Amino acid sequence: MSNALRELWRTRHFIKSAIKNEFATRFARSRLGGLWMLIYPLAQIVIYAFILSAVMAARLPGIAGTYSYAIYLTAGILGWSLFTEVVSRSLSVFIDNGNLLKKMAFPRLALPVILAGSSLINNLLLLVVALVIFTLLDHFPGVSILWLPLLTILTLCLALALGLSLGIINVFLRDVGQVVPIILQFGFWLTPIVYVLQMIPEKFRFIIYMNPMTGIIQAYQSVMVFGVTPDLKLLIYPLVFTLVMAAIAAQLYRRAGDEMVDAL
Amino acid sequence: MSAVLEVVNIGKAYRTYKRELHRVGSWFGWRVPPKTETWVLEDINFSVEAGEAVGIIGQNGAGKSTLLKIITGTLKPSTGHVNVQGKIAAILELGMGFHPDLSGRQNAFHAASLLGYTNEQIEAVIEQIKEFAEIGDYFDQPVRTYSSGMQMRVAFAVATAYRPEILIVDEALSVGDAYFQHKCFNLIREFQAKGTSLLFVSHDSASIQSLCNRAVLLHKGKLLKVGTPQSIIDLYNASLADPDLKNIRQDDSENSSGGTRSGTGEALIDRVLLLDDSQRPLDTCSTGQRVSLTVTIDVHEEIDELVCGFVIRDRAGNWIFGINSKDYGHDLDNLVPGQKLALSYDFDLNLGEGTYSISVALTRSHRSHVEKNYDWLDLAHVFKVVNVSKKHFAGLVWLDAQVSLTSASEGPNKTPEQITP
Repeated sequence: MSNALRELWRTRHFIKSAIKNEFATRFARSRLGGLWMLIYPLAQIVIYAFILSAVMAARLPGIAGTYSYAIYLTAGILGWSLFTEVVSRSLSVFIDNGNLLKKMAFPRLALPVILAGSSLINNLLLLVVALVIFTLLDHFPGVSILWLPLLTILTLCLALALGLSLGIINVFLRDVGQVVPIILQFGFWLTPIVYVLQMIPEKFRFIIYMNPMTGIIQAYQSVMVFGVTPDLKLLIYPLVFTLVMAAIAAQLYRRAGDEMVDAL
Repeated sequence: MSAVLEVVNIGKAYRTYKRELHRVGSWFGWRVPPKTETWVLEDINFSVEAGEAVGIIGQNGAGKSTLLKIITGTLKPSTGHVNVQGKIAAILELGMGFHPDLSGRQNAFHAASLLGYTNEQIEAVIEQIKEFAEIGDYFDQPVRTYSSGMQMRVAFAVATAYRPEILIVDEALSVGDAYFQHKCFNLIREFQAKGTSLLFVSHDSASIQSLCNRAVLLHKGKLLKVGTPQSIIDLYNASLADPDLKNIRQDDSENSSGGTRSGTGEALIDRVLLLDDSQRPLDTCSTGQRVSLTVTIDVHEEIDELVCGFVIRDRAGNWIFGINSKDYGHDLDNLVPGQKLALSYDFDLNLGEGTYSISVALTRSHRSHVEKNYDWLDLAHVFKVVNVSKKHFAGLVWLDAQVSLTSASEGPNKTPEQITP
């Protein structure tokens, strides 16, 4: 493993350059450039806030105030968008870069690191926008926000471990690439992002809790909406889930990495 | 001299499983035998010394690209290993990963970072890259505005910005125009002089002969032979006509000419003689001498159609002159076993000084030896040409040029003069 990390260190210049180029090229010929990165998640928040808040705001227990639903929604989407971006990009990262992998000798691990880096920057920009909006709505979260880096790292690790495992299997079993986006759609609704967990009947809640993102999203909401320290007990399951997935991903990477180029 | 590249027992197998799930299971310790195992490379052994240039020849599908990928490290071999001393630069797919919306300069930075160089290291050579590519202001334009040749120029300039210990060159070079190709070959020779070893993959026998010290022939995933470029290229040509290699013999004993012989043997070349006008065999000829090339043929089986051709080659293997019986309208048809034929070609040997070889072939078609090849003999005769009767001249061919002198005052044109280097 330390070998892989040493190789990764050697490619740091490539990783840096690849992330830079990704942003440079994504907006190379568009007028609004970098703004597009923010418009998409904002549109999502606006759609959900306007359509759902009218229907559901009254039934959101524990949140008061006119804009409270929009704030609640933003906190959840901040965490979920990082998760889903990393998973869905990891899913196809080896296939998309098949040509490069076949022709150039470089550490394969650089590819997920590049996508994690650029997803992280996207997420950071979204956070800045969210905080600006929160301030405008007179709802700045306070010191509890210092938990956010930890939550971001946990989300990123979970998404990478999951995405990398699926991405490696996807090289051999392309059905995985089709089915995972569907599961992510279900995952969005099986995570308390647009609703509050208390709205779910008690006997069905275990389903929601089986989703490792549930605890993390609730922690995001504690930190950003309610301004309190997250319930650390809720993070134990996501953490264990992440470690198990990371072990599987490492095993897959070690054993399948060489065969992968044959199948691309 | 020590080996900078050692290829030891390399083999590569592609495995298919009945279910892909079995493959996934095999990574976690579930032992399922693969359904099929296809060996595309087996038992490849050779080494490359510092400063040496080795050509790799083989038909499509012989395993050349797979071998190169294993050497550069993108593919893992199923058996064996590769020892490399120093840095490898591969000019395979040039311009791979160039982003169309980035400028040549930005792409050069990115490509060099993929090779593992730091920003400062690239900064130090970026102007040199621009200069070598010679695409002027286009260097700072998006790559999508480039022609494929321009893109290749930038890619080659980046790949060779630093001198590697081992340089792998593929057919990729053929994209460039003649000027840039010459420039590339000059740079490759320059690297070679400084100690870079070269692995050169090409179907172009002329460039293999002019660049390489040795060559290896890959055939159906196996290393058939390592030898001089000339002998390997002859063997390769023979293998084109006879993919199973049943009828190819190469005599490497000390006293033989080392020629490759191939063919199915319905008719065989018995003797090849170069005779002067009084029927004496010739080893050394003089430029312009009248000679006669006599080929005697033994027919062993019934043959409906036979074409007998020959070609004279220079020391580098370039074809100087070749012709066959069909070109003269001679039909050698309906031959029966036991028949003996003798064909003579008479001509003035208008060749420059040097050594030449003659290859003789008996085939069914006059267009190509690949369709049906009865007998093909390389280096059937080797002879030397010295210039004793003509004026001193440069080059391979005597053209009997005449010079005339006119007074310069009669016209504006300058007097043409014969140039003797």
